Amino acid sequence: MILLSPPKQIDLTINGQKYSGRAEPRTLLTYFLRDELGLTGTHIGCIVGKCGACTIILDGKAVKSCLLFASQAEGSEILTVEGLAKGSQLHPIQEAFWEHHGLQCGYCTPGMLLATYDLLKRNPNPTEAEIREGISGNLCMCTGYVNIVRAVKSAAEKMAPPKKQKARLSRASAPLRR
Amino acid sequence: MHSPSTISEATLLLKNTDDSKALAGGQSLVPLMKLRLVSPAHIVDLGKIPGLSYIREEKGHLLIGSMTTHNEVATSPLIGKRCVTLSEAASRIGDHQVRNRGTIGGTLCHADPAGDVPAAAVALDAELKVAGHRKGRVIKARDFFEDVLTTSLRRDEILTEVRVRVLPPKSGGAYLKLGRGASDLATVGVAAVITLDKAGACKDVRLGLAGVGSKPIRATRAEDALKGRAPTDDLVAEAGERASEMSNPSSDIRGSADYKREMVKVYVRRAIRQSLARV
Ligand SMILES: Cc1cc2nc3c(=O)[nH]c(=O)nc-3n(C[C@H](O)[C@H](O)[C@H](O)COP(=O)(O)OP(=O)(O)OC[C@H]3O[C@@H](n4cnc5c(N)ncnc54)[C@H](O)[C@@H]3O)c2cc1C
Ligand code: FES
Ligand code: FES
Repeated sequence: MILLSPPKQIDLTINGQKYSGRAEPRTLLTYFLRDELGLTGTHIGCIVGKCGACTIILDGKAVKSCLLFASQAEGSEILTVEGLAKGSQLHPIQEAFWEHHGLQCGYCTPGMLLATYDLLKRNPNPTEAEIREGISGNLCMCTGYVNIVRAVKSAAEKMAPPKKQKARLSRASAPLRR
Repeated sequence: MHSPSTISEATLLLKNTDDSKALAGGQSLVPLMKLRLVSPAHIVDLGKIPGLSYIREEKGHLLIGSMTTHNEVATSPLIGKRCVTLSEAASRIGDHQVRNRGTIGGTLCHADPAGDVPAAAVALDAELKVAGHRKGRVIKARDFFEDVLTTSLRRDEILTEVRVRVLPPKSGGAYLKLGRGASDLATVGVAAVITLDKAGACKDVRLGLAGVGSKPIRATRAEDALKGRAPTDDLVAEAGERASEMSNPSSDIRGSADYKREMVKVYVRRAIRQSLARV
């Protein structure tokens, strides 16, 4: 027997902004984000936890938003793909996916970007094996993953504040100083 | 959807509502509901009950709150040091996102015969602390699993804590899994713990098998092959044979029953060797 209960108000913070909306107890977070709040960047693939297209960052951790009821996210802080870029300035992870053709149709991409975001936060300099493990919850039907792995590697390099980049910068600016 | 804030509220809700289910990380329950394989009228969300997520050591035991996530178990230095079999089992579950939400209590209560942590719990002789509407009890892992997705929990009972004995000195352990790609259950999984005596003979051996029966299997006859003796290659192979005889797999998308029986031999041998290497 399925009892339908009335919708409840849900308040939460998404990409730094306060949102509220209404959801029935049975509404999954993915549908709440997309249909109630209009944040359609979060994609729906399988809706049973297998494909990772719906991956978001919930209170700092990557989760599949189709395996959560909207009401469980009450009061939480969420990052969706819409929150990655700053205006027209792409996030380094997005840039890297663009430059390395880490996508074809783009269906898996929001989930891939956020799985990558989570991976690089935990492990800023992952090996290829660690990258593959890190995105193993995300399926891609198009790319064969090779370019995605390249993109993640490149994103790691972009995001690191390493000596290498500084060295390159100082070399570039050397003539000016002279 | 009910969101109780205490354990007794939750057990009361479970007792007083027909057709209700507890919700932990939702990594098994939500897909089952989505596929309409279960459609409970009431969901009792355990997520708002404080104090169910912890890992600590007390009097020779590791105590793990039932709402502790797989990733918390997998990355806990304490569990890694005191009971590596459990860390490895938790780390082999699904993918990172699933491990961020799924809980140790959830995977035990879900009782998938191919689950990684259930096999480890059986090998580790874990004790499961349960709260009920009237009174609590402690269930041994071996008595907890009854059949496919079936445990000895009563309707009003909630698993609150998993207790595992800290491995004594001169012990080693491992969890090895044969799976198809990342996000899949075990085709065959083997949880092992071994303790050696001063002379290098096996004082204690415990083996749990995932994926080869209607519940996690404790491979006692394989353990007997090694107990009291030095673990020679021949005896380790004998243990693999016996574990394979004790397993009762069925043919499915993950492989034929014959293949799985062969793989039990291979993975039991490897898990024992890995455990010995860690003593
Ligand atoms: C893509 C994917 C891949 C996966 N891969 C693996 C894998 O490789 N290996 C593996 O072992 N598992 C795998 N799983 C399952 C995973 O381990 C789940 O986390 C686990 O089975 C359920 O834990 P949960 O906390 O999410 O429980 P829920 O889904 O919330 O609950 C599961 C069941 O247990 C009951 N329950 C939960 N907590 C309690 C409690 N404290 N007291 C009483 N009853 C309770 C619920 O009522 C429900 O019936 C996978 C899942 C997904 C989605
Ligand atoms: S839509 Fe959530 S994992 Fe596929
Ligand atoms: S780019 Fe098409 S699914 Fe990944």
